[in-house]
Amino acid sequence: MIPLLIQVFRKGICTEPAPEPRSDWRVDGEQVQQSILELLGRALAIRQIDAGSCNGCELEIHALNNPYYNLEGRGIKFVASPRHADLLLVTGPVARNMQITLKRAYDATPGPKLVVAVGDCGCTGGIFGESYASCGRVANVIPVNVAVPGCPPPPLEILRGILTAVSQPR
Amino acid sequence: MRFADIGLHLSPLPGAMPVSVATATDAQWEALAQAGSLEGWRLVSLWGSDRRDTGDGFVVHAAYGTRTGLACVRLPLAAGSEYPDLSASYPAATRMQRALRDLLGIAARGADDRRPWLRHAAWPDDYFPLRRDSDGQRTFDGEQEVYPFVSVAGDGVHEIPVGPIHAGIIEPGHFRFSIVGEKVLRLEERLGYVHKGIDKLFEGRPIDDGHRLAGRVSGDSTVAYAWAYSMAAETATGCTIPPRAAWLRALLLERERVANHLGDLGALGNDAALTFGLAQFSRLREQWQRVSGELFGHRLLMDRIVPGGVAVDLDRDGAERIAQQCRDMESELRPLRAIYDEHAGLQDRFHTTGIVAPELAARLGLTGLAGRASGQAIDLRVDLPCAPYDRLAVRLASDKRGDVAARVALRFDETTESLRLIRAIVEQLPVGDVLCPLPPAAAEGFGVGWVEGWRGEVLVALEAETSGLLRRVHCHDPSWQNWPLLEHAVLGNIVPDFPLINKSFNLSYSGHDR
Repeated sequence: MIPLLIQVFRKGICTEPAPEPRSDWRVDGEQVQQSILELLGRALAIRQIDAGSCNGCELEIHALNNPYYNLEGRGIKFVASPRHADLLLVTGPVARNMQITLKRAYDATPGPKLVVAVGDCGCTGGIFGESYASCGRVANVIPVNVAVPGCPPPPLEILRGILTAVSQPR
Repeated sequence: MRFADIGLHLSPLPGAMPVSVATATDAQWEALAQAGSLEGWRLVSLWGSDRRDTGDGFVVHAAYGTRTGLACVRLPLAAGSEYPDLSASYPAATRMQRALRDLLGIAARGADDRRPWLRHAAWPDDYFPLRRDSDGQRTFDGEQEVYPFVSVAGDGVHEIPVGPIHAGIIEPGHFRFSIVGEKVLRLEERLGYVHKGIDKLFEGRPIDDGHRLAGRVSGDSTVAYAWAYSMAAETATGCTIPPRAAWLRALLLERERVANHLGDLGALGNDAALTFGLAQFSRLREQWQRVSGELFGHRLLMDRIVPGGVAVDLDRDGAERIAQQCRDMESELRPLRAIYDEHAGLQDRFHTTGIVAPELAARLGLTGLAGRASGQAIDLRVDLPCAPYDRLAVRLASDKRGDVAARVALRFDETTESLRLIRAIVEQLPVGDVLCPLPPAAAEGFGVGWVEGWRGEVLVALEAETSGLLRRVHCHDPSWQNWPLLEHAVLGNIVPDFPLINKSFNLSYSGHDR
């Protein structure tokens, strides 16, 4: 126990400041109502759904929980069920084998709800496009509020996308 | 046993790894599998291609890993669409054969399990995307699949269905547990949810552009795939890469290995309720990825290896920074390993959990890191080292316990060894060019790339047309071999240990489903 505590104290806190939102990543055009933001307060529950990603985006989403980005320290946490979620964070082109599952997860999420599509594939279908196996971008299957480009987007950009979804556009 | 004994003549392919090819008949195909399994050859991959336009009909390919190299055997099915089943000699062939039926419409004669594998209900069972006369663009109205799981009956037995969406930040797949109380009686996997039709997407692409797609088969192994693809493309076109490029490729591959092992070591601590481990190792992984991003322009090193060489270079300052980071990482790892080793709660969860005994691992073909943790002491960097590994004397890490503790220990050992290798690489990096563009295609080309990625052997087989466009590319992830073993590893364990056991294998869904 003592070496563990020594390690914790020696390494200290390395959390960095959060990024600013980017209004040009909004795809819904609508403004998130202030009343919704008030309802969410300063806490946000995210259900992450891999709908067909290569797992590159997942690695960078995992990184959001590391001490540098400290997502939970900002009141944002990943939850185990869409029924507990305010926001769906969806990666990948939507594989046709995941199409029904993704829709069901969206329907199971209580309103008001937000969707952030992560990565070039989530934004446009990316290198996989549309085919017998892929439905392409996330917005082809469920409504999307914010799309974060990148292959994969670095953690800071994913965090920026999440904050964009829950911020009032100026 | 030699190949000549059953009348097979192997012709070596040029290239970085010892790969040879042969064409077999039905009888030789079966004889080879029987002989190979007795000799201890590994079935590295099985795939098929449509060559009806060239008069060969459909062709099935099997790649065997032997002590001296990779033997790729092709079996043309001049008439008909069936071939001899390999699953009696190589159980790992079962799912590969089912996938081959789904994608190309050719079936293993007499195979027991004829359920679909990669095909769910998103396209009909008479549509075969990998046939030349399918453009891969047709779409169908998807339905909800009804898959016949094997059911377990008895007093008090019940099922837990898990997935395809899992409770964490994990790729999708379905696990069907049959349990009594907390004990797992049976686990059956249903994969294929993230099938993206990657094999089909390669068709018609320029050969010097396929590495980007290959690098997205499994994002955590992007370097291994890009290298394997490039190696195959270089063999197919007769390109020799500059020495400095080979060394830089190894540098990138070892950096990928370290990044993944660091991530897994943190996640394994977390899954055994030591969140301290996740905080510490995810901090180290972030530092590691940041240096990758700053020196090579991509945090996961995607698209850095290209056919003909690498798209990055390293100056003296960069080399010194990497060496310094390795020294720092070594001193970070020492106290953390001591904490893991001495933490009673953690060791209690790790030891004797999720065992795959060496005999079972050998019989069912467990490969890569998980294989080495179960006594399968095989590592391409050690056994068949291509440049620059032939100059680095890689030290093999292996263990015979086959439990979670062994897979954790392997990750520590391999991380330490990779840090040593990276330092050796930046010290000895030869001078010169880093890229030699592929020569224009002169004839039809065939090539195979074979790379020891962090998870295990990644294989890419490639057929190119005289036009320089890709005809068929097959990407194989070692997860194909290891997923079935996870079903065995979990037997008799309690359900709450499944996430820990699963994480200790850390198999790729995307790499498998492609």
